[in-house]
Amino acid sequence: MKKFSALVLTLAFSLGTSAFAANMINGAGATFPYPLYSKWFSDYQKIDPETQINYQSIGSGGGIRQFLEKTVDFGATDSPMTDEQLSKSSIPVVHIPTVLGAVVLTYNVPGLATGLKLSAEIVSEIFLGKITKWNDPKLVTLNPGLKLPEDAVLVVHRSDGSGTSGIFTDYLAKVSPEWKTKVGAGTAVNWPVGLGGKGNEGVTGLVKQTPGAIGYVELIYAKNNQLTYAWVKNKAGSVVEPNTKSVSAAAAGSLKSMPADFRVSITDAEGKDSYPISGFTYLLVYKTMAPEQFKDKGAKIVKFLHWAIKEGQASAEPLFYAPLPKAMLSKVEAKINEIQAK
Amino acid sequence: MRFKLNRKKREVHLGDRVFAFILKVPSVALVLLLVSIAYYLFRNALPVIHKQGWSFVTTSVWDPVNDVYGALPVVYGTVVSSFIAILISTPLSVGVALFLTEIAPTRVGRVVGFLVEMLAAIPSVVYGLWGIFVLAPWLRTTVEPFLAKTMGFLPFFQGAPYGVGMLAAGIILAIMITPTISSISREIFNAIPRVQREAALALGSTRWEMMRLSVLQSARRGIIGAVILGLGRALGETMAVTMLIGNRHEVSASLFAPGSTMASIIANEYAEATSDVHVAALVEVGLLLFAVTFVINSLARLFISRGFRWGAPSNSPGGAK
Repeated sequence: MKKFSALVLTLAFSLGTSAFAANMINGAGATFPYPLYSKWFSDYQKIDPETQINYQSIGSGGGIRQFLEKTVDFGATDSPMTDEQLSKSSIPVVHIPTVLGAVVLTYNVPGLATGLKLSAEIVSEIFLGKITKWNDPKLVTLNPGLKLPEDAVLVVHRSDGSGTSGIFTDYLAKVSPEWKTKVGAGTAVNWPVGLGGKGNEGVTGLVKQTPGAIGYVELIYAKNNQLTYAWVKNKAGSVVEPNTKSVSAAAAGSLKSMPADFRVSITDAEGKDSYPISGFTYLLVYKTMAPEQFKDKGAKIVKFLHWAIKEGQASAEPLFYAPLPKAMLSKVEAKINEIQAK
Repeated sequence: MRFKLNRKKREVHLGDRVFAFILKVPSVALVLLLVSIAYYLFRNALPVIHKQGWSFVTTSVWDPVNDVYGALPVVYGTVVSSFIAILISTPLSVGVALFLTEIAPTRVGRVVGFLVEMLAAIPSVVYGLWGIFVLAPWLRTTVEPFLAKTMGFLPFFQGAPYGVGMLAAGIILAIMITPTISSISREIFNAIPRVQREAALALGSTRWEMMRLSVLQSARRGIIGAVILGLGRALGETMAVTMLIGNRHEVSASLFAPGSTMASIIANEYAEATSDVHVAALVEVGLLLFAVTFVINSLARLFISRGFRWGAPSNSPGGAK
């Protein structure tokens, strides 16, 4: 009996997978947009039952590697591919920005529940190890109403390579020449000071447990876990609360200088409402998807992309992702139309 | 080859031959697997081996942005955290095993032994979480300030107490390997013949002398074997260590300072490593872990064979192996 049911199960399973395999579109990459993407893929399947999308959130680096090796039909990444990586692809690559995210600074300062304000100078000096006390004159000047204690500042950063660190170090490299030469920007860097926590939860755990700690996490993670986070002074000089509106504003503020392939960092963006530590997340698609190789998948991916930047955008805000600014949509639309797939 | 020779010399049953073959296949396959893993690691580490040569193991800067990799801090972190774990866990585990076999009533021994073994079933991420929320705060507020006050003149106990760090990682590893060491030790003690204990007691030994002479003396080799097994787990443990060690690529004498291990750096950086050299560097760290484990195990084995000869007292009979 047992044997028989096992046989039936195996049979059903193999039939099931072979039936779907032909239509299954495979993607892999960034973990940051995964909650939104999985909602998108399941919503889209209700509209177009023919299209099944399977997404593995293995991290941006892994996504780019698998995409270059063509083991997946599309990739996903938080930081755009470098010129060197692009040159490795035999088929030209298109970056499609889908939504935006932001990095916020969460802190645990004794006697301070909320209301901390930071500037580019202060953030970079804290992470360079130059500001070591919470009552540093620079912090006091920017936060006149707050009672800042004498406690030592403990920096907490991500220990695992991540797009969150990528956006954050990109911001620091832009605002601080010293950071740029000493440390640089990347998904994993040689941190001058501090402790490393694994993942958003590791950083949060260390910050919550250690008085005087400051660390950075994704806005979505901070919102979902009700963390306190700082407001940050932007390029225009206004102190901005990180939320989906100020993040979309940062993208809108960068629109004028946006290159045609969207491979751009929007940290330290122009505009008085822009939150300065923001970034796009992208889907990576091959520019030509020949029917011999991709069958009808190419056309399906293109159809999905059109849906994602129109109807799909509505699902972003409830999950705390910032939608693409309206002014940008026509540009992205035009980019999707450049993809050749039948 | 030898197998064939034997076959000619002796009449061997067909069934025996088939059975021997069946046993041979997995053991040869395992060796091949080991060799192929080492080869794979070596081949994929080539870009960084060409680029940096020996400076990979002798320098301390780990900078993926500029593609400069020095693995000394992670090798140091792995060895030191495992050493702390062994230092704490060995006396603890042997003590537990002695208590369970020699002192506790059988029923108590069975229950407590079962509970100790349960520790091995806890997933390491749970150890890590417990470490972050319970162990690290306790270390930060109580243990580390106490150590700094009483033994702060030693370089091991200096610097700011963060809670997380080398000490926290060593302690969590000690807890994780205790069930391994203590349950193997317990089996070994149980295998020592009763008469040996009775002989010691008959000669007028106290209970402690009996344990020392007839139990610990004969079991010494087995205990070291148990410790090696525990050490193997400590060297490769990833998740709990990553969550507790503080992940800083620095060699520091202080046990309060954050560090990192070979397993933790691979777990941390592999998924998001994009440059070829970065990936190769992480693969070479894997190769190093392979090498370090191999060296430590060989040293321990050497130590056992020597240690047995030094330690065997003239008055002790054969005893358990």
